[in-house]
Amino acid sequence: MTDKAEGSLLYLDDVSVSFDGFRAINRLSLVLEPGEMRAIIGPNGAGKTTMMDIITGKTRPDTGDVLFDGSVDLTRLDEAAIANLGIGRKFQKPTVFESHSVEDNIALALKSRRGAFAALFHRRSAAEQERIDGLLSTIRLADKRHLLAARLSHGQKQWLEIGMLLAQEPRLLLVDEPAAGMTDAETAETAILLKEIAKTQSVVVVEHDMTFVRALGVKVTVLHEGSVLAEGSLDAVSANPRVIEVYLGR
Amino acid sequence: MITSFLINSLDRRGRFVVGLLVLLALLVPAGNLLVPEANAFHVSTYQLTLCGKYLTYALLALSVDLVWGYCGILSLGHGAFFALGGYAMGMYLMRQIGARGVYADPVLPDFMVFLNWKELPWFWHGFDMAWYAFLMVMLVPGVLAFLFGWLSFRSRVTGVYLSIITQALTYALLLAFFRNDMGFGGNNGLTDFKDILGFPIQAPGTRAALFAASALMLALGFVVASAVVRSKLGKVLVAIRDAESRTRFIGYRVEHYKLFVWTLSAVMAGIAGALYVPQVGIINPSEFDPAASIEAVIWVAVGGRGTLIGPLIGAVAVNFGKTWFTGVLPEVWLYALGALFVVVTLFLPRGLVGLWDRAVTGRAKPVKDVDGSERQAGEAA
Repeated sequence: MTDKAEGSLLYLDDVSVSFDGFRAINRLSLVLEPGEMRAIIGPNGAGKTTMMDIITGKTRPDTGDVLFDGSVDLTRLDEAAIANLGIGRKFQKPTVFESHSVEDNIALALKSRRGAFAALFHRRSAAEQERIDGLLSTIRLADKRHLLAARLSHGQKQWLEIGMLLAQEPRLLLVDEPAAGMTDAETAETAILLKEIAKTQSVVVVEHDMTFVRALGVKVTVLHEGSVLAEGSLDAVSANPRVIEVYLGR
Repeated sequence: MITSFLINSLDRRGRFVVGLLVLLALLVPAGNLLVPEANAFHVSTYQLTLCGKYLTYALLALSVDLVWGYCGILSLGHGAFFALGGYAMGMYLMRQIGARGVYADPVLPDFMVFLNWKELPWFWHGFDMAWYAFLMVMLVPGVLAFLFGWLSFRSRVTGVYLSIITQALTYALLLAFFRNDMGFGGNNGLTDFKDILGFPIQAPGTRAALFAASALMLALGFVVASAVVRSKLGKVLVAIRDAESRTRFIGYRVEHYKLFVWTLSAVMAGIAGALYVPQVGIINPSEFDPAASIEAVIWVAVGGRGTLIGPLIGAVAVNFGKTWFTGVLPEVWLYALGALFVVVTLFLPRGLVGLWDRAVTGRAKPVKDVDGSERQAGEAA
């Protein structure tokens, strides 16, 4: 099975997890190539968020393999170790550090040694400052750098969180409903930003918003009751009768 | 590196606090020893010792604030670390008594002779040496906190559950120290001290020195806390307080950060306890009383949680109130304390410091904190 994982960035095989007898994920298999961007759609309760929890170490699967980079077993690692391997995660509800300034939010996320003593004696280098400045202009919050993150608008918080993800320099980004609660204009901007990111990093986007998924224009995986129902281009899966039955048709 | 790290850590308000404490360490003992009694600036030994006690409470409050205000760990058992530091100091002071006890045993403290013990228990060895005792003042609370923290943070015990087990910790120690066969004087604790470092403990000069030591130790504690809080580590602590799982997903191992600040805080509480004991002249199991730990939390809340100066103000103000109330209206004190806590929680989420900041900065727009409490835009020291 490991040879099958070879060359893949993320490899899930026959993964199952139950909560109190409810199978949230049911024999799920998924392969992501390096550099690929993938959209994951599915009705509520299809297991999208649970899948992210498994990849990022928050939830341990009952059975199955979860491999990163073809060989690293993610089921044995905790959240911090997985994050430091290069897997970044954006939550559905924007989660930033509200009592820190916008700049400090980015500075905390910046790739660096994560040990407590390294942090205690840390001095921000010129290179780090440069990187922070660059990220702040990418997410268009340079003029708000000294503002407390709590005072940003919802859309700005989403952007700040994406900026924090980029600061981690992950090889794989997991993005949970980035367009939720955004205006149409912000949604379009976010699609452009994600496509920009996907040029250098692999991205998995979980999304409900069909126009957004169409704007991304990438391979789509449809989840249903914890397993993969269909996979392919958005047009192909939209035409799939089973997909129409469980999801799109209703 | 460490020195510049510490000195750079103070902002304007921090330098003021440290300066004030150093000044107090000089002026109050001088007012006690040098100014004649008739003079209005004379400080009586009673006042001096009382203020010295407040300063040790302030150090305890600072240690509580470090974990609660900055990392969101609400400890309802910090009194345990304070008391352990106090007991370590008490053991040293007991061994200083030597043959001057009632039973005149050159080695065994009175209560051991009374209990018919023939020799010193193993854990009392070494406490005749000051350096060893002072090391234990930090080591015993530190090691206990490390073990306790390692177990609970690793299992991700948080919030109210953690608060409850800290309460259980101090209660368990309370019961244990009440037992005579534990070897710490049981119910009566350790008292009747004679000397400290060779100086008579009741002498005005010694009392003044203890006051100065308390003020300087508080200043040092303040500098260290400030350095920690203003470092990147301190920012990670606040990040943990506000969004723990986010911090994990960014790649910080939250339990290590919690363990660091928790252990540091326990050591500070231990030092506070060690300075407290020679000034009040006794340490007994009542210091482990859960109510004492809760009181320390109230000091922090009143002064201003999540600021460094707040716990100092809170501890001194509340204890001054306590001294005054228990003198004038003893039966009212507990109600007053309860009411104070309710009022502060409801109307002053940032305590007296928040009130001050609001008065100074005018009507700076308050920002909703994650936990729902209000927070001024300008960060206070």
